[in-house]
Amino acid sequence: MKKILILGGGTAGTMMANKLRKKLPLDDWSITVLDKEELHYYQPGFLFIPFGIYQPEDVVRQKREFFSSGINFQIAEAQEIKGAENKVLLKNNQELEYDILLIATGAQVVPEETPDLKGKLWYTDIFDFYTYEGSTLLAKKLENWEGGRLVINLAETIIKCPVAPLEFTFLADAYFTEKGMRDKVEITYVTPLSGAFTKPKATKMLSKLLTDKKVNVVPDFYLQRVDNERKVLVSYDEKEVPFDLLVSIPVNKGADVIEQSKMGDEDGLNFVPTNKHTLQSQQFKNVFVIGDATNVPASKAGSVAHFEAEVLTENVLSYIKGLPFEEKFDGHANCFIETGYGKATLIDFNYDTEPLPGKFPFAGVGPMALLKESRMNHLGKLAFKWIYWHMLLTGKTLPVSTPMSMAGKEKEEEVLV
Amino acid sequence: METTLSAPILATNEEGYLKNYKEWTEEWALATAAAHNIELTPKHWEVLHWLRAKQAEGVALSLRKAGNSGIVDIKQLYALFPGGPLKISSKIAGIPKPASCI
Repeated sequence: MKKILILGGGTAGTMMANKLRKKLPLDDWSITVLDKEELHYYQPGFLFIPFGIYQPEDVVRQKREFFSSGINFQIAEAQEIKGAENKVLLKNNQELEYDILLIATGAQVVPEETPDLKGKLWYTDIFDFYTYEGSTLLAKKLENWEGGRLVINLAETIIKCPVAPLEFTFLADAYFTEKGMRDKVEITYVTPLSGAFTKPKATKMLSKLLTDKKVNVVPDFYLQRVDNERKVLVSYDEKEVPFDLLVSIPVNKGADVIEQSKMGDEDGLNFVPTNKHTLQSQQFKNVFVIGDATNVPASKAGSVAHFEAEVLTENVLSYIKGLPFEEKFDGHANCFIETGYGKATLIDFNYDTEPLPGKFPFAGVGPMALLKESRMNHLGKLAFKWIYWHMLLTGKTLPVSTPMSMAGKEKEEEVLV
Repeated sequence: METTLSAPILATNEEGYLKNYKEWTEEWALATAAAHNIELTPKHWEVLHWLRAKQAEGVALSLRKAGNSGIVDIKQLYALFPGGPLKISSKIAGIPKPASCI
C-alpha cells in the first residue's frame, strides 16, 4: 500500500484529497490529510461579517464533513517535513511516512511582522478582517462606531485575495451610507502599490468607482510601523497617515512548518519554491505544492487553488505512472469583486493576460459582465458560498474551464463603459 | 516612452516598463536609471540582477522579499531607488511593474 500525505485540510487540501480518492484504487493508495484545526472556515465570507451581511456561524463547518470515504483525516500539528527521508515529524513526535506529499498549508496573516501593529490598539481601534476573530470583532466595532477616519491599509503586496481590501472599502462606503452616517466617515485606502488599481484595463474601467464613492487613495505607501500613541501609520520613507479606525491587512506568510523545515523561499516569507506550471516542489520530486502555500506569481485565492487542483490531480496521476507532466497551470484566477449596494464586478485572468472587459460565459448560468458592475455578479458571488460547500470542496466539476479562455473577452480599446 | 539616444530602443508599455524582460541590456538600464536621476552603483546592479533572477524563476515579488534578499534592507532599497523602490527598480531591471490582480 502506497501513501499520499496531504498537509493542510483547507480549500486546496480538501479538494485534492477528494479528487485523488476518486482516481486512485483504495487497495493501492491510502490518502491521509493532516490539519491542526477541526474547523473549516469559508474565508471569502470573512469579508461580509463586519457589515452584518453574514453572521459568524455562516462561515464555519467541521473539516471532517467534507472528506469522502476512504480518506483518513487526522488532527495533529506537523513539526517538520523531512523531505530527504519521505516523512513528516509531528509535534507529538509521531512520524508519518509518505510516497507522495502534497503541501497545502496555506498562508496566514502575521501582524507581528510590523512593529506595533499588534500593539495596545489591536482589536480596539486596529482590526484585521482576514481571520474569524478579526472580522467578528470588527463587526461589533462598526456597529457602535460614531465615525472618523477609517483607514484601510495593505502592509504588503503578496496577500490572500488581493481584491478583498478593495471590496471591504466599497462595502464600508455602502454600509455607512445606509446607516445615514457616510458624511461622518472619511475613507482612505493606503497601498504599497502604485494605486488601488494597477492593471491598465481595470484602472480604465473601474477607477471611477473610487471617486464616486469618495475614497481617498494613498499609493506607494509601504508600512514600516504603527504609532499607537499618535494613531498614525508610518512608512519606510517617513510619510504618515493618521487614523481613528485602522483596518489592516497584515503581512502574509506561509505556515510555520515550512520555516521549521527550511523549505521556504530564501526571502523568509515561508512560501514554498514551486514550479509555476507543474506545481511540483523545486526541491523534491515527490512533493507537490498547491494554493496559498506556493511562491508562484498567481493570486492567493480559492479560485486559483481550484484551477490548480484540476491540473495537479492529473500531474500526480502522471507522476505515479512515471509519465511526463501534461497539464500546465496557466495562473488562471476568476474572482467576483463586491462593489456595494448589491452589485459586483468580475475579473478573469492568468499569468499572461490581465483582466479584460467583455462577457464571461458561465456554462448553464449565462454570460456575466467582466470589469463592469452588475446585480448578477453580486448574486453569483453570494451563490458561490453554496457552490463552495457543496461542489468545490467535494471535488465536483464546476462549469468553468481550467485554462483561462479568451471567449467573450474584448481585447481592444473600443469599450463602452 | 523614449529613452536617451545612446540606449537601445526597446519596446515598452505606456508606463515605460519593458514588454519583454529578455530584451533588457545594461545600457538600457543605465539610460532608464538616468531618466529617474539614479546613477547605478555596484549595489544597484546587485539588486537589479537579483530582481531579474527572481523574474526568471517565476516567483511573486514584493518589497519585503527584496528587503530579505540579503543584498539590502528596505531602508537601503528606498535610499537606492527613492520614491517607489520596487516600482522603479523593477522598471530599470526590465521586469514588469509590481501589480495586484486588477
